[in-house]
Amino acid sequence: MDPFVDPFDGPLRIADEEFESRLFVGTGKYSDNEVMVEAIRASGTAMVTVAVRRVDLDRTKDEGILFHLDPKEFFLLPNTAGCYTAEDAIRYARLARAAGFTEWLKLEVIGDETTLLPDTRATIEAAETLVSEGFKVMAYTNDDLITALRLEDAGCVAVMPLASPIGSGLGVVNPYFIREIKRRCEVPIIVDAGVGTASHACVAMEQGVDGVLMNTAIAAADDPVVMAHAMRLAVHAGRLSYLAGRMEAREIGVPSSPSRGMLD
Amino acid sequence: MTDGQSIRVRLNGRDREIQPGLSVHELVESLDLNPQLIVVELNREILARGRLEEVEVSEGDQVELVHFVGGG
Repeated sequence: MDPFVDPFDGPLRIADEEFESRLFVGTGKYSDNEVMVEAIRASGTAMVTVAVRRVDLDRTKDEGILFHLDPKEFFLLPNTAGCYTAEDAIRYARLARAAGFTEWLKLEVIGDETTLLPDTRATIEAAETLVSEGFKVMAYTNDDLITALRLEDAGCVAVMPLASPIGSGLGVVNPYFIREIKRRCEVPIIVDAGVGTASHACVAMEQGVDGVLMNTAIAAADDPVVMAHAMRLAVHAGRLSYLAGRMEAREIGVPSSPSRGMLD
Repeated sequence: MTDGQSIRVRLNGRDREIQPGLSVHELVESLDLNPQLIVVELNREILARGRLEEVEVSEGDQVELVHFVGGG
């Protein structure tokens, strides 16, 4: 039983699945597979992303991620990372599904090598095709309301706006747009990319979104296992903080103790 | 071209000489890979796992063997 499932929050529902955690983690950039698995467990995550690549035939032993992560134990979410066209993303998606354990997909079509910002037009185009082929598409996108609405219209099961560029660790640069996307879309909103530290994850969740997806913030920490646990707590705290409804912010001080009853 | 001893295929982006008459399944096993953990694309078409044994690799084939790796 997950100790962080509590009476104040229900599970996250995406399409026909329920998830006990609102934290989604990637598996890239780990130097050590044992540390990766330990960090994933420490995160309490419900969904783990993986990438599709050529087998490296120069290696004597297969180093595929399925040697370390059993799809029966973890909900593995293949991505189309590294794809720059709708056509490529569709090709990678079909290869991922042919592995035979999931029709879920993290769709990602990159538009620029420097910022890794998404090509939103190609993302929508790929989403339409993949949804028609029966994929459950979770679409990585910009923090742009119109694109988010188009992706929802295309039939994506979740829309995943970035906090800031992939791997940047800058946190949520535009909380207003994240909130507006959450207000206007009916599908779950997962903030994907840009989180650098636990406070960022908390801030993202405090915007009211349904979850956060991250990779580098955990993998590139000095101690990924401890950071994974910090992220678990931060996502949980941010979620409850949002549900609790924060106090009104004021730009003056307001005493917490009574002003009456002071001595002469 | 084939000399009867070997055929040339394009395997994961590199030219490679292999013996003729191999099924895709045999090719995969000859590379010490587990067919259950990879996906095969033959000439840009995905080859269903159930067909690996019946399809023979031919001269000039473009074969891609893919699997899952760490990613975000």
